[in-house]
Amino acid sequence: MKIKGRAIWIVLTLIISLALPFSCTKEKEPYKVGAVFSVTGRASFLGEPEKKTVDMIAEAINKVGGINGHPLELVLYDDESDETKCVLAVKRLIKKDKVPVIIGPSLSGNTLAVVKVVNDAKVPLVSCAASNKIVTPVVDRKWVFKVPQSDTHAVEKIYDYLLKNGIKKIAIMSVSTGFGASGREELLRLAPEVGIEIVADERYGPKDTDITAQLTRIRGTDAQAIVNWSVGPTQVLAVKNWHDLGMTNIPFYQSHGFGSRKNIELAGGAAEGVFCPLGRVNIPDLVPADNPQKKVIELYNKAYQEKYHEPLSSFGGHGWDALNLVIDALRAVGPDSAKIRDYIENRTNFIGQHGVFNFSPTDHNGLTKEAFEMVVVKDGDWALAP
Amino acid sequence: MEAPLGGGPKPGPLGPDSLLWCETFLVMTKITLAGQLVQYLFTGVTVGSIYAMVAVGFNIIYNVTDIINFAQGEFVMLGGLIMVFFTVTAKLPLPLAFVLTVAAVTGVGALMERFTIHPLKNASVLTMIIVTIAVSILFKGIAMFIWGKDPYIFPPFSGSKPLFIYGAAIQTQTLWVLFMTAVMVVLMTIFFKKTRYGKAMLACADNPEAARLVGIRVNTMILISFALSAAIGAVAGAVMTPISLMEYDRGALLALKGFGAAVLGGLGSFYGAVVAGVLLGIIESMCAGLVSSGYKDAVALILLLLVLYVRPSGLFGNVEASKIKEF
Repeated sequence: MKIKGRAIWIVLTLIISLALPFSCTKEKEPYKVGAVFSVTGRASFLGEPEKKTVDMIAEAINKVGGINGHPLELVLYDDESDETKCVLAVKRLIKKDKVPVIIGPSLSGNTLAVVKVVNDAKVPLVSCAASNKIVTPVVDRKWVFKVPQSDTHAVEKIYDYLLKNGIKKIAIMSVSTGFGASGREELLRLAPEVGIEIVADERYGPKDTDITAQLTRIRGTDAQAIVNWSVGPTQVLAVKNWHDLGMTNIPFYQSHGFGSRKNIELAGGAAEGVFCPLGRVNIPDLVPADNPQKKVIELYNKAYQEKYHEPLSSFGGHGWDALNLVIDALRAVGPDSAKIRDYIENRTNFIGQHGVFNFSPTDHNGLTKEAFEMVVVKDGDWALAP
Repeated sequence: MEAPLGGGPKPGPLGPDSLLWCETFLVMTKITLAGQLVQYLFTGVTVGSIYAMVAVGFNIIYNVTDIINFAQGEFVMLGGLIMVFFTVTAKLPLPLAFVLTVAAVTGVGALMERFTIHPLKNASVLTMIIVTIAVSILFKGIAMFIWGKDPYIFPPFSGSKPLFIYGAAIQTQTLWVLFMTAVMVVLMTIFFKKTRYGKAMLACADNPEAARLVGIRVNTMILISFALSAAIGAVAGAVMTPISLMEYDRGALLALKGFGAAVLGGLGSFYGAVVAGVLLGIIESMCAGLVSSGYKDAVALILLLLVLYVRPSGLFGNVEASKIKEF
């Protein structure tokens, strides 16, 4: 371990010493990258780790000489989780800052609001939001990409696992936000295709203080499992209520939004036994050594925790994927919007925090359900689901 | 390892007797309709009690000043988060933490009055209402800086093992919420009916000019009304947090629901606020359980509109009094 640590330092010093004279002798024009994240407001739990992550990457890459000698200049705006402000920020990035490429926004609703803007301006956008609608139909989304797994992938992964365990009747719950509604749609759409029956379909608001009524209704049905689709405090509340109502004999599945360890902490002991599909970035220790993502995930975890002294959340991983994909494109084709778009569209085998991306003209997400690992909460931590 | 799915009970974090507990539960997994109704009722009354406390807070200030204090929800939020600070961070015993929390938020309420409402000597009521909106945004911002954006929680007052009534699971914290609401109602009744200050406040509510003429210090009464509202908000926040978690921006929605309850009960009516708050909670919960959880908030609001259409002064509001008031 010690030797390995030293090896990293030697390599880093080598890179820096190679890159330094290059960047010192001639200061090349910076490459601009626009970014819009929901750093404050209701979706700040998404935007804040994303901002921290991209700041960290920009700092690191500029320390070692930038992209082909060009320093990376990040132009970052906070949309305050507001659609209108998001549209304004993106317009400003395009018209005033003249960035060749944009990463973000953090929210699905905000991304959908700017799809037309970037398509008209012909500026590629790599979104950090999950909804499938962001990249479909791909004909109308020529300039839009996204790095998070689709809710479709998460639903497929959960349904696979349910069927493997002989569960055919489920109850679903969702929060009445874009994330919840989109997940609910996918749950309802895919269920008949795989032969799963949905016996209850419950909803609740993002600031609700109690979800007991919905769960009680589910208790009155013969559901064999509950699938809950939400982010924020309500997903903790749902688990707590489920536990307090003594419903632990009906297994509880969360969406991939349950990715933060903080959620387990907040739920107290109540999260024990809760399943959820997670991107591997959340579980660096559980990823097998031969997995291609192992290396980048360990690197990110280490760097993030050293810099910010807090556990990373899976959402920061989207920031990492988006920015590194863009850096990769800039390195290959330079700051030309059209070339960046074409490059990303044909990029395959890009190893990121949330999966191995294989983009194509028909798939602007580039991931499959294999980007997820099914995990279960065990002794207050994640464990691979049996 | 065998998959713990679809099969028997799994020993969870419920303690040594959890297996037994789970087994008895397996038999009655499918809850009866009666059980469901009991569950909805309890959930509704609990949530409703919180609305009621917020509504009472609105009314106390409204009665004395005609102001709708939109920072009322922020008092609840502060109550919850300060309670988390005293119990989890400072590790104080629960009763002490509770008293300190209520005292701290009461102080915040009093300071709010001294620094924002008091200096505006001849401002219109509307101006002062707008000031309270500003204060609520300020409180939210300060809370965000202190606690960040994550939700917080502290353990329930007396264990997390639920009680079972007709197959409905009742969290013990729920009983605390009901108990505190009842205590609040009793104490407020005594305060307004028996004490000099309470009577003086009622006098201010009736006619501030006449109250001033007979020697009541209206300014002091306004200060007390803010402090009292803040204290009630703090109690609500402290008892609800173990059930529902608390984060910096929870106040607005609570204020909205509490305001709905205050209007439904008739602005200014103390018992009206309590009844309407509980009613609103029950309707929401019943609707979520029996009709559709998607329309829960809509149904509550439609009912509010209907009541106001039939009785513009609210369920228990005084028609005569509401004509004199500015709002």
